[in-house]
Amino acid sequence: MPTKGFVKGIVSNLVIVEVDNPVSQNEIAYIDLDGTKLMAEVIKVIGKNVYVQVFENTRNLKVGAPVEFAGHMLEVVLGPGLLSRNLDGLQNDLDKMEGIFLKRGQYTYPLDEDVLWDFEPLAEVGDKVTAGSWLGKVEENHQPHKIMVPFVMTGEYTVKSIVPKGKYTIHQTIAVVEDHEGKETEITMVQKWPVKIPLTAYREKPRPYKLLETGVRIIDTLNPIVEGGTGFIPGAFGTGKTVLQHAISRQAEADIVVIAACGERANEVVEIFTDFPKLIDPHTGRKLIERTIIVANTSNMPVAAREASVYTAMAIAEYYRSMGLKVLLMADSTSRWAQALREMSNRLEELPGPEAFPMDLSAIISNFYGRAGYVVLNNGEEASITFIGTVSPAGGNLKEPVTENTKKVARCFYALEQERADMKRYPAISPIESYSKYLEYPEFEEYVSTHISPDWIEKINELRTRLLRGKEVAEQINILGDDGVPVDYHIVFWKSELIDFILLQQNSFDPIDAVTPIERQKYIVDMIIEICRFEFEFDNFNEVADYFKKMINICLQMNYSEFLSEEFQHYRKQLDAFVKSKALETVEE
Amino acid sequence: MAKAFQKIYTKITQITKATCSVKAADVGYDEMAIIDGKLAQVIKIVGDEVSLQVFRGTEGIPTNAEVIFTGKAPTLKVGEQLIGRFFNAYGEPIDGGPIPEGEEREIGGPSVNPVRRAQPSELIATGIPGIDLNNTLVTGQKIPFFADPDQPFNQVMATVALRAQADKIILGGMGMTNDDYLYFKNTFSDAGVLDHIICFMNTTEDPAVERLLVPDMALTAAEYFAVEKNEKVLVLLSDMTSYADALAIVSNRMDQIPSKDSMPGSLYSDLAKIYEKAAQFATGGSITIIAVTTLSGGDITHAVPDNTGYITEGQLFLRHDTDVGKVIIDPFRSLSRLKQLVQGIKTREDHPQVMNAAVRLYADAANAKTKMENGFDLTEYDKRALAFAKEYSRTILAIDVNLDTTEMLDRTWGLFSTYFKPEEVNVKKELVEKYWKN
Repeated sequence: MPTKGFVKGIVSNLVIVEVDNPVSQNEIAYIDLDGTKLMAEVIKVIGKNVYVQVFENTRNLKVGAPVEFAGHMLEVVLGPGLLSRNLDGLQNDLDKMEGIFLKRGQYTYPLDEDVLWDFEPLAEVGDKVTAGSWLGKVEENHQPHKIMVPFVMTGEYTVKSIVPKGKYTIHQTIAVVEDHEGKETEITMVQKWPVKIPLTAYREKPRPYKLLETGVRIIDTLNPIVEGGTGFIPGAFGTGKTVLQHAISRQAEADIVVIAACGERANEVVEIFTDFPKLIDPHTGRKLIERTIIVANTSNMPVAAREASVYTAMAIAEYYRSMGLKVLLMADSTSRWAQALREMSNRLEELPGPEAFPMDLSAIISNFYGRAGYVVLNNGEEASITFIGTVSPAGGNLKEPVTENTKKVARCFYALEQERADMKRYPAISPIESYSKYLEYPEFEEYVSTHISPDWIEKINELRTRLLRGKEVAEQINILGDDGVPVDYHIVFWKSELIDFILLQQNSFDPIDAVTPIERQKYIVDMIIEICRFEFEFDNFNEVADYFKKMINICLQMNYSEFLSEEFQHYRKQLDAFVKSKALETVEE
Repeated sequence: MAKAFQKIYTKITQITKATCSVKAADVGYDEMAIIDGKLAQVIKIVGDEVSLQVFRGTEGIPTNAEVIFTGKAPTLKVGEQLIGRFFNAYGEPIDGGPIPEGEEREIGGPSVNPVRRAQPSELIATGIPGIDLNNTLVTGQKIPFFADPDQPFNQVMATVALRAQADKIILGGMGMTNDDYLYFKNTFSDAGVLDHIICFMNTTEDPAVERLLVPDMALTAAEYFAVEKNEKVLVLLSDMTSYADALAIVSNRMDQIPSKDSMPGSLYSDLAKIYEKAAQFATGGSITIIAVTTLSGGDITHAVPDNTGYITEGQLFLRHDTDVGKVIIDPFRSLSRLKQLVQGIKTREDHPQVMNAAVRLYADAANAKTKMENGFDLTEYDKRALAFAKEYSRTILAIDVNLDTTEMLDRTWGLFSTYFKPEEVNVKKELVEKYWKN
């Protein structure tokens, strides 16, 4: 018998329900508003009074309305057919909803129940299996989708029977397993999982070490993220957060991309809906939409569902990770999620923390980032969730609770700088403020030294030093004037400008420049370092600027040309001759 | 005025400056009520105690006042009869005309399903090249003017509205001065466009809390014409900072803990609910929102402009250019995030390159000016850049210029060839060959 109750009080989307029977924290409840069921989640219990946050607008709700509790927490439905889908924060399939406007109480199933999938067994009768074990697979958008023992099952089971290769719907039984007491369980292709509980059906979670290519040079080269790594992008409005986020989700070398559009503009989601079915995945040549799942809770959709949306996206990501896949999860923006927490904490009249955010904001953020990671599954296969979140700091000030708490847990920090954005130096990631902790990992160093080049980390550090030096010199030039400093200072400055223009800046609207594979990044790094290590001699600062501007222009032409093409080689020759014309024989220490 | 089926209660338990609590049963959340002849809305229900926000303030309400519940959330009767009319925040006529008849709809209705939206793709030509050239507007976009109170944003907005070729223009005034209200009224009437204007007005003379209803009234009317009639609707909202101030008043009365700048913690969601009503529908109708967010001393880090910037698709800045003595659309700080959806597609091919080149040269002039002010010598190029900037500001950026999109491109090419050599403007070679003015 499900627990029932009735509405006792209403303040916006916080509703107080009186109950007689037990309820659980975070249990789902449905409030009956004249036949429309409004979904809600338990967030606090005091005696007989249960506080629920309603995922819908509560307009016209009255005291006395009946409430029924569902007996489970907020769950996601997991099974083949999630890819390419446009879901809302509660995993409703947006395409199945009727009408132009979102109606209250309309819940749609996120999978297709009639589609026949080509099932192929991977397990055999007699196999010992546990939660997450692969029983079979189907092809989902050209990727193997593993059918797994449901994650809610505990202990060890024996496969009693498994269906042969053939076509089945998601609800058909594909295997029967038996526990040690002989109790049988039928398994279908679909299962459920509560979104707020981390899905941990893996053997271990080692330190991540493999570079995850994004094709964005300032990330891959200077501030690399790894498979299973975490990063975040804070930036004031207008600094190019969304363009960067979209570029990463288009280009990253991942098997699956889950995009949580959390409390942001609807037109940005429309852009993904419109572009991804047309754009090609640079790594597989297939349509981008085939590997993408969009969880959209735009800023005008209900606030409580905004909080749920990031968890829904994470649970889906964890499901695909359990199949041994490389998953990239992007959340834009985690600040909106934190604001949703703040609104609710406020209605609950909790004592506020800094800037009225809830006191446990830090714990909530760190637990969420903790769900990402590189894992070794129970069968020894490797898999990962790389998580990149954006943060929208109020007033562009990075000293605010969401940025500060995220900085404690995310290993990569991509600070978007207003100044760089104003100068149209895109992506506007600050080369000075940003960092990647992975550069310090010995595992990562070993990986890049075998996969890219043995002295890669040294080179990256050299580039960083030159950029920093360039910035220091620029400040001095600003104070003392162009002719108030030695000509050498101008050379140091312009060398850092060369790195900035050729390596760091990238035109995300140019088909060639937008994506740079790592071998091409290595080429550019080697080329720039070679030039930077030369000593030059000039009579005055004007000459320095003229010379380097011309050099940058040649290098830019290379960036816009097909790698190693005739055109590209032509510019390279031109560049070498141009460098030779001015470089001294001696090389800098 | 009480009708037979309406519930009347008289047990008022609490009165504050803006709220009343009353013992009542069977009351819906968000429902409208009339207390002592004043309109009020339910904002909290706990057991049999119902708290109401009284829009006109609680002055003079006695503890034994009659509270009549209307049984419904605020509504607007939508239909053709709205056209050409002026209403207050409740949708009541203020122009002396009859009460319009039409289908009654709750205001502040549900959001558009994002998958049912179309990508905005239609150019809105305003004739002001500072907007059309550098910050092109698109139907379905939402964009505010960020302006200090002394800047002529209402005039620019009226100009934009008149030239935008919208099927309907809906003006929502929040805390607008009576003079500005009359300015809009006279401008629209003089231009002979009253046949496609609808206005919901809360002036500085009206109670502040009332203005919370204005955007939803305006947008409910807009949705009717955009969705039902597939029309291009332009909604003007002025001033959203006054709207936010009213939110802060209510939240304060509700004992909510304020967040940044004394604004409620829900400010982002509250503003987003309004701005996200802007949409391009697949059937051709659209809602475009042009709003005003007044700033205090140009400070865009204040909670209202800051949250707005994260919600809207760009912002337009006005600036008084003392070099030419005119108000211009600032090309550096203004931005239209949707411009690339129409530039060079709905306008001539050279549009994106001409825009970038002109702004870059204008930036060179700004650097030259700094140099000059710091007492450094100017190069010959610097001098040409400065001369260009002056003309560019006067004949392109100034808000009193009126050109179509082809004329403005031609005029900019003209400026390029007057002050620069082709290789200095950094525009693709084939475009230079085609459009350079010799």
